[in-house]
Amino acid sequence: MSIATVEKPTAAEPPRRSITNQRNASDKRFRAVVTSGAMFAFVVLALIAGFLLFRGYEVFREFGFGFLTSSTWDSGTGESLQGASYGVAAMLVGSIIVALMAMIIALPFVIGTSLFLEYYIGKKIRAVLVSILDLMAAIPSIIYGLWGYLVLMPHAAGWASTINKYFGWIPIFKVDVKNFDASPFISALVLGLMIIPIASSVTREVYSRAPQDQISAAYALGGSRWGALKAVVLPFGRSGLIGGMLLGLGRALGETVAVLLTLNLVFKVKFQVLASAGGNVASLIASRFGEAGPSEIKALMAAGLVLFTLTLLVNFGASIIVSRSAKVSQ
Amino acid sequence: MENDDINLVVNATNTNAVTGGNVLDEGRVGTNGLQTKGIHVWFGKHHVLEDISLDFPANSVTGLIGPSGCGKSTFLRVLNRMHEFIPGAAMAGEVFLDGEEIYGPKVDVTAMRLKVGMVFQKPNPFPSMTIAENVLAGLKLANIKVQDKDSLLEECLTRAGLWKEVKDRLKLSGSSLSGGQQQRLCIARALAVKPKVLLMDEPCSALDPASTLKVEETIVQLSADMTIVVVTHNMQQAARVSDFCAFFLSDGGPGQVVEADRTAVIFSSPSDQRTADYVQGRFG
Repeated sequence: MSIATVEKPTAAEPPRRSITNQRNASDKRFRAVVTSGAMFAFVVLALIAGFLLFRGYEVFREFGFGFLTSSTWDSGTGESLQGASYGVAAMLVGSIIVALMAMIIALPFVIGTSLFLEYYIGKKIRAVLVSILDLMAAIPSIIYGLWGYLVLMPHAAGWASTINKYFGWIPIFKVDVKNFDASPFISALVLGLMIIPIASSVTREVYSRAPQDQISAAYALGGSRWGALKAVVLPFGRSGLIGGMLLGLGRALGETVAVLLTLNLVFKVKFQVLASAGGNVASLIASRFGEAGPSEIKALMAAGLVLFTLTLLVNFGASIIVSRSAKVSQ
Repeated sequence: MENDDINLVVNATNTNAVTGGNVLDEGRVGTNGLQTKGIHVWFGKHHVLEDISLDFPANSVTGLIGPSGCGKSTFLRVLNRMHEFIPGAAMAGEVFLDGEEIYGPKVDVTAMRLKVGMVFQKPNPFPSMTIAENVLAGLKLANIKVQDKDSLLEECLTRAGLWKEVKDRLKLSGSSLSGGQQQRLCIARALAVKPKVLLMDEPCSALDPASTLKVEETIVQLSADMTIVVVTHNMQQAARVSDFCAFFLSDGGPGQVVEADRTAVIFSSPSDQRTADYVQGRFG
């Protein structure tokens, strides 16, 4: 009997029942609260983007793609965009250079800190050191900036001079004028220090979840501690490391005050990282906003839109990389 | 005298346990293989093993049997110092490998572990490595240079009974294999550094019966030229694969060896009633 019904392909399927459920009042209220909270975050993000687009639109209409490729910043009469000339190329390139250098400087410290805290010290000391590290992440960036300007710069300029002396033949370490203050190198040192705590805290968390049975396997095969870490923990934690570093990159790209204090803004695209000239979109906005006329304000809004888009792209790329490498390490 | 009772290798002067005294090759006794003397282990204040003295003759399989929580796995870890990673663990006593103390002050622990390999309860291949890389992982970890990696790879996988199944997919991830294959991959990985002793901690408890059978065949074949110590909860397995058996028991206090003898004796005519009860499944 049952076999015969299965063989009949044309038999009409019975209608599928839809899921019905009478939600009670408290569930409805909670749902409304949660939904509106989530929506609020998206609405704010959309409003910021809309605001920047609205204020910067005129600038893009006036200068077009040239706003991204030109490096002149001249407000002209200051009243209208006619006669003025705005371009963020130098600032954009400078932002990326400083952020990337900060990442390179921070990377070995992030790996070292994370491994040390997870695998080289006891529980009690770890708890103390972790809270100190978290505290470092909470230090306001103006403090980092002041310290970088007053304490680090006099020394770092000397280091830069030494690097220039021995590695000056490499194009990026060349300088035209022997002034090493307020260079992208020094800004990157400060930024690198700033992102170590936040990147380490993400990385350490992932390293701590490395499977113990695989670590045991590495030891039982005659592996040293470093061998076990290299064979198991580093591959396992790769996604965490990338995620942590990109979180740091997001912060480094948007950092304003610390860079403002330690970088000499120059409207010219330069790749000489030791020279006292660099660019940074966020610092540009902060330094110009106070005395900007109506037309420059519009240009600064447009620059803000560029920065906003760049950070969004980086974070978007970060989440793709993290999810992809997380799959690999499973 | 009590120590002699729990000595696994019974020499000529001790007629206590081995009936007939016909099995043990004189050449096996002495400094070859693995010997333990008066092993105690503590986890913090908790005394988990008390005065274990067992000898594991070269080229034989010894099964460690006993109910859960009697310290078998802990004892196994003492044999290659893996218990040192357990916080609060401490031990007393001596372990000799081919006559040399592995707890001696001048011993390099990582070098010692190359001679005493280990296979764990749960298959644990490195997921970030391919099958081939997994087998050769020990060489890389210990910085050992090998001329002909391909033949070593084939040799280890063949000895672990896995070569035919994986020879066409050596470049795939180790975690793409089934549980039983993964466990044999772990055995191949342990073999690649040419250990003299292989410690196995319930190697089949996570495997299906067919895979279990394959691993057991592998164990028997390997014992032709290496010393194997295997912890097992499976009485049939102990009877099938082991030459000698040691029965561990803890009556609330620290674990002790009740009886150790040739497997046939343990299963047919044990001298202690508790052993008889356990191997016949009356408790534990």
